[in-house]
Amino acid sequence: MVRNYNLQDLEKWEERIFEKVQEFGLDCYPQEFEICDHIQMLGMMTYHGMPSHYPHWSFGKSFERTKTLYDYGVQGIPYEMVINSNPCIAGLMRDNSLCLQILTMAHVYGHNDFFKNNFTFSHTRADRTIARFKAHADRIRSYIEDPSIGLKAVERILDAAHSLSFQCRRNQAVKARSGEQQLSRALKAAEESGNSEQEIEKISHKFPLEPEENILLFIRDHNARLTEWEKDLLTIVHEEALYFQPQMETKIINEGWACYWHREIMNSLELPTDIHMEFLVRHNQVVRPIPGDINPYNIGLALWDRIEEKELGKARDHAHDRQPANIRELMFEIREVDRDTSFIRRFMDRETMEKLDLFQAEVQQNDWIVSKTANEESWQDVKNLLINSIGLGAIPRISIVDGDCDGARTLKLVHEFDGRELEASYAEKTLEHLYTLWGRKVLLETRMKNSVARYSFDDTGLTMTAEMNEDPARAYFSHW
Amino acid sequence: MGAVFRPYSPSDSLQSDRTSGDRQRHKEKLREVLKGNIADVISEQSIIGRDSDQIIKVPIKGIKEYRFIYGQNQPRVAQGNGGTEEGQVVGKAGQEQGDGGDGKAGNSPGEDYYETDVTLEELIDLMFEDLELPDLESKPLRAIEAEYTHKRSGTKRVGIRAHLDKKRTAKSRLRRKFVQEKIDNARQPLEEIKETGEEENRFPFNQRDFRYHRHKPDIRYESNAVVVCIMDTSGSMNVMKKYLARSFFFLLYQFVRLKYQQTELVFIAHDTIAREVNEDDFFHRGESGGTMISSGYQKALEVINDRYDPTLWNVYAFHCSDGDNFQEDIPRTMEFAKKLSEVCNLFGYGEIKPEGTVAWGTPMLEKFDDFEAENFTTVCITGKADIWPKFKAFLQKERERSTTIHADPESWG
Repeated sequence: MVRNYNLQDLEKWEERIFEKVQEFGLDCYPQEFEICDHIQMLGMMTYHGMPSHYPHWSFGKSFERTKTLYDYGVQGIPYEMVINSNPCIAGLMRDNSLCLQILTMAHVYGHNDFFKNNFTFSHTRADRTIARFKAHADRIRSYIEDPSIGLKAVERILDAAHSLSFQCRRNQAVKARSGEQQLSRALKAAEESGNSEQEIEKISHKFPLEPEENILLFIRDHNARLTEWEKDLLTIVHEEALYFQPQMETKIINEGWACYWHREIMNSLELPTDIHMEFLVRHNQVVRPIPGDINPYNIGLALWDRIEEKELGKARDHAHDRQPANIRELMFEIREVDRDTSFIRRFMDRETMEKLDLFQAEVQQNDWIVSKTANEESWQDVKNLLINSIGLGAIPRISIVDGDCDGARTLKLVHEFDGRELEASYAEKTLEHLYTLWGRKVLLETRMKNSVARYSFDDTGLTMTAEMNEDPARAYFSHW
Repeated sequence: MGAVFRPYSPSDSLQSDRTSGDRQRHKEKLREVLKGNIADVISEQSIIGRDSDQIIKVPIKGIKEYRFIYGQNQPRVAQGNGGTEEGQVVGKAGQEQGDGGDGKAGNSPGEDYYETDVTLEELIDLMFEDLELPDLESKPLRAIEAEYTHKRSGTKRVGIRAHLDKKRTAKSRLRRKFVQEKIDNARQPLEEIKETGEEENRFPFNQRDFRYHRHKPDIRYESNAVVVCIMDTSGSMNVMKKYLARSFFFLLYQFVRLKYQQTELVFIAHDTIAREVNEDDFFHRGESGGTMISSGYQKALEVINDRYDPTLWNVYAFHCSDGDNFQEDIPRTMEFAKKLSEVCNLFGYGEIKPEGTVAWGTPMLEKFDDFEAENFTTVCITGKADIWPKFKAFLQKERERSTTIHADPESWG
């Protein structure tokens, strides 16, 4: 594509966009744009946009994968790559048209505002993001270069840690109870229920007192055999997971917000006709539904529009009417206090679901069959399933309930079963990773086909036991 | 203006290849996977019978990054094009579309395939690495005195005229002449510089000048091998069976080729009578009729005796059959098998019984199991996946043998 613009043009447009950003009251970190080519863009995507990141083969895999998809035209490169940091850094691909650059810049400001203001990001310490990732990279490189450690050993821990990285506490905004608080809570509960002295005595030996979701941190703090560098690797992987967690939690609301604002900004810029026409095409490509999947841009924007519509009493003509100031405050508040689950729970109504044509599908004999649509009876079910399956909902809740089973330091984990079974082959391999880190026997309890399934992994390998439990099949077998 | 622009710098594109280290490591890991799955790769049809410098694209299952995830077939929410109704089929199960979004929580267990380019040569190296063969260099091969010639090595003062080293002889004469002149000059300093005639200047060759080539006997050892592929092409050998046989022959050929400087292939197809055929016919021409294994062995013996004298050649013979043979033919078969095992380094019988096929006729495998020869092995191949492990087992014999031979150098043949 022949580029008919230069850096000055971009700067000029950015200036106008920024005027609008300020006019609309978006509250952003300082913004930086990096002009890059597509290989650089792929590189940025590989490392989640981080200018510096520790090395691991999985990034090589991810790069190859994205590049192959791109080379074969299966998947384009997204227009935007923006990271939650202060200053906020975004990439602009130099081969994109001027219209796309303007659109991307406007979109990026939407994300920038969201990163800065949404509560889920408040713990990510955006000022230090770049430096922190750089420090992580430097430390891990130094371990790899250390002849007494080396690549293989580092990889062994990283492979295992990656497999468990997202097994951590869900809501970072809720403060975790300290050990003492847990203890006093447990004692209080025991006294109230009138337990015997002995049982109360037992409580103090129990560890962890309350189920622990931060698996990596628990291992770091309670496996005495880990060396300092191994503990450091666990900390690094955990911190990175925490950094990315809010982005998983706010995919829909965040993309919707950015789309809402790029549309608002683009429509107020008085674009030349050719650019405006291209904008309409691109915008619709981005926010159209993807049949058979969920397009967060589509759903997010639809919800924001719905909020606006309800507030105004009618749908606004976005091309011509600007956002009335009276609803701005409400929307800004929502972008601060909601994440995908609460956002959908609060604002997804039946009309919107119908408009989005959301449905629930189930597998029946090798086919995905629509089992529920957004009709009067079942739209709530579809909505609940949506809420439960997006973002962190796609990650099974597994917590450590006992760090010292049988007095042999066996680690016991329980999967909080919500109707969805674990993928067995993956669970087995992940358990092996867990064993690598814990160094002693590990147990996982979950449910499978109405029975309790227990996996254990120790130096002899994997064993699995299933226990029939209130299974209708039991009655059938019993008269044998 | 609110933002800082970092202009594009082409030098950045060098820097941007910061993925290269991780990509390299990923490739290495894929290669390890390839090594682990060598049996699968080998059983892929496309590899058998290729030129060794050809590049093969081997699809390798991606290295999975395991996490705790939910199973694939859970109910899920998706969007439609509008007007989706209950009961509508919206897709095939089991074909998941990649990872969800940014791949951070890569959570669908779909298969990724990565292609790696390897040449057949490399692949074979990997294969034999997998075999964990003892160091091939130090392994005693049945080396054959291929040439007895002589090699010049220095000179000597006596010899026959034909070996005269003219250059050296002339040189030594010049040297002698030079010395002689010096002595003469010393004896008659400034004395009359006589006018000397041609006659007096003559300085003839002396016996002491003569130098002859010295010769050392030069024996060159050559290791030649022939792989005799014998296959039953009777009516009961279908395409699948032939394919399995072919894979096995291919491996054997590659293995033998690694060890010897020159390796030849002989193809003998037999039903009730045996013919020597070319490779193409061997594998592709459909045959029919009954089976007389002895005919194949007899033919093999003939070919070996005609062209591949066992004292000069390392003979590897392998016979693939589905094991049905005429009852009356068995004594003769055993007789020829004995003879064959005497002339071969290694002789094997592979019975191909794809699962689900009905074995009828005489199970030769049992007969052969009673057959005692230290260089004879039987294998039973039931499917693609069997080929590599069975081949390994087959070579086990060779390995054992070579170690015993090593202990007894006299028997090198």
